[in-house]
Amino acid sequence: MTHARRLTLAHLWLAFAAFAVACVLGVWQMWARSPLPAPLLTANAYFTSVTAHGVAMAYVLTTFMVMGFGYYVAETALGRPLPFPRIAWLAFLVGILGVAMAVVTIFGGTATVLFTFYPPLTASPWFYIGLVLVVAASWAWCGIMIAAMAGWKRENPGRPVPLAMFATVANAVMWLWTTVGVSAELVFQVIPAAFGWNLGIDVGLSRTLFSWTLHAIVYFWLIPSYIAFYTMAPQAAGGRLYSDTMGRLTFILFLIYSLPVGMHHLFMDPQQSNAFKFLQMSLTALVAAPTLLTVFTITASMEIAGRLRGGRGLFGWIAALPWERPMVLATGLAFFMLWFGGGGGLINMSYGMNAMVHNTSWVTAHFHLIFGGTVVIMYFAIAYAIWPTLTGRTPASLKAQRVQLWLWFIGMMVLTLPWHYLGLQGQWRRVATFNYADPIIAAWGPWVLVSFAGGLILLASAGLFIWNLLEFHRARAVAFSALRPLYAVAVHPPARVPAALNGFALWNVLVLVLMIAAYGYPIAQAFWINAPQAIIHRVDGRG
Amino acid sequence: MAVSEEAILRSELRWTIVVTGTITVIMVAILYAGIVHHINPPSNIETVDPKTLHLTGEFTEENLGTSIDAGGQITARMVATQFAFQPQCILLPANKRVTLRFASPDVIHGILVTGTNVNTMIVPGYVSQVHTVFTRTGDLLMPCHEYCGLGHSQMWATVRVVPEAEFKPDGSGRALCDAR
Repeated sequence: MTHARRLTLAHLWLAFAAFAVACVLGVWQMWARSPLPAPLLTANAYFTSVTAHGVAMAYVLTTFMVMGFGYYVAETALGRPLPFPRIAWLAFLVGILGVAMAVVTIFGGTATVLFTFYPPLTASPWFYIGLVLVVAASWAWCGIMIAAMAGWKRENPGRPVPLAMFATVANAVMWLWTTVGVSAELVFQVIPAAFGWNLGIDVGLSRTLFSWTLHAIVYFWLIPSYIAFYTMAPQAAGGRLYSDTMGRLTFILFLIYSLPVGMHHLFMDPQQSNAFKFLQMSLTALVAAPTLLTVFTITASMEIAGRLRGGRGLFGWIAALPWERPMVLATGLAFFMLWFGGGGGLINMSYGMNAMVHNTSWVTAHFHLIFGGTVVIMYFAIAYAIWPTLTGRTPASLKAQRVQLWLWFIGMMVLTLPWHYLGLQGQWRRVATFNYADPIIAAWGPWVLVSFAGGLILLASAGLFIWNLLEFHRARAVAFSALRPLYAVAVHPPARVPAALNGFALWNVLVLVLMIAAYGYPIAQAFWINAPQAIIHRVDGRG
Repeated sequence: MAVSEEAILRSELRWTIVVTGTITVIMVAILYAGIVHHINPPSNIETVDPKTLHLTGEFTEENLGTSIDAGGQITARMVATQFAFQPQCILLPANKRVTLRFASPDVIHGILVTGTNVNTMIVPGYVSQVHTVFTRTGDLLMPCHEYCGLGHSQMWATVRVVPEAEFKPDGSGRALCDAR
């Protein structure tokens, strides 16, 4: 096995192990919020659990999935060995060290600050340093991805970079930009405060810096799923990608528009003006464009596959698709959830309507549906697609994989639809228990129980997923799919593409300009508003 | 599949027009709500020192709760602190324009009022201000909606909205209520 494949296996197993633990915690949290008495429930246990669930899902599952899949794409799509494998392994070890530090501080009770960095509530410095190490590992990955693409371009002058790798590097470049905000917040504000070197902190500034990262990070998690939509789903369906150019444009639009939009998380904050909230909302609206373009291109690609398989009529091609293949099934289910999740997202970003839903269960439900639903179901599909090529084995039947995907979809709908509704009723997020003696809250009880049932279905699906992965290691059958190419060919594969669609130099300049326009003043204002500092509140018992 | 490159390009351009149109409609709706109906987020950029909040200025104890100034402007002031609001109940008249002002001496809090679109973060260092008109009478729940520490789940207040005729401030222009 090559370095890249061993790296992929190591990263993905770590990602999915964290995911499985976090699923157990998530179900228990929904139980705690329900009218039923939950075991072991104290405020401390609940917020420890929420912190661990958030860190595991948002930082460990995602970062290691993105990195592991990136190493795989760099080797298989480019058809050349991964450069700097030793640095990749070192980064993996640094990442594991960081995760271990986070685990020790969270379960040691010195980091019950949830997974968002909102001082003056401040955890043990080792919690933050652990997470900085995870980010540092991902920076090494970004460098390796950029080097891999540059090396391929040197060997193949003038040829278009394969779309899967182009998208992976778009994500790496975007992630370098994305992490600037949170890194500045942690290094200049939070970590000095956590060590006790600063007694006060400018909270308006720290929230603004965190918002820099807060939206683009979601696209960092999402891009592997979009890579699967563009390059793996059409191939799995037996068709072709409708347009390679549209794919490139989509990933470039993600790079540009996912960054200068984070202030839509601050609509309800008092430290920023309506002018910049409105500007960033307008840019947020534009980020709907790459998603809508993707919906079109992938649907058209699937239609090609359906018609090649004999589908007729306006909708007949849908029935003709090979839904028994996990990648095709997951894409269909992911798109279904994307309609709901994307619609909810448009409401969140509307700067007037946001007041109805800000910090309510609607928001929690929204990101569970769009991330836990659309994105994570594609993580499963990616794992099912690439694992046979990693172990050389495949289970005799794919039925358990299909059952797992359906359970995840059903569980996510049952979990999140009532949860959205509760948010509209005013149920707020991030609480351990509700006072069901209050008549307003009592009426929410049955809907919370439905969500809890959804959580149980998701837990069953997560267990089956791990079992299915183990099958790839146990199965006797040789995976013939290991020999099949994974990536779709376009209907008209481009012979050459303009330099702007084959690299990121131009787009980095545009991102810089947009970030200065969107965030220059909102960050700089901290230095002349000079807001009174808040006193640090440390939760690690050191004062 | 004999789809010419040109046909693909044409279909994509058509779809791009649909996408552009959709986004434009959404933006126009938001602009209309903001300009015509004044539906804008709370953004007053007004600072206050969390360390001296309780000693001096508008958030000292005798200024908390609802008050009417000489011009008839109704303002309710509240301090959000770990893990309670002061006061625990605010009394307000229905169908009148009211202003809610919040500040925090410690960590980040936030509020919403169930069944309304009143919502703001409360960021230490800044005053949060929301203008609204309550149309329904009764006791509304106003929880803290941002995680503020282990007692967060027990942090809430009551907004008691009474018919205008029953809203009777005392001689100094203040109106108070007791949470049940």
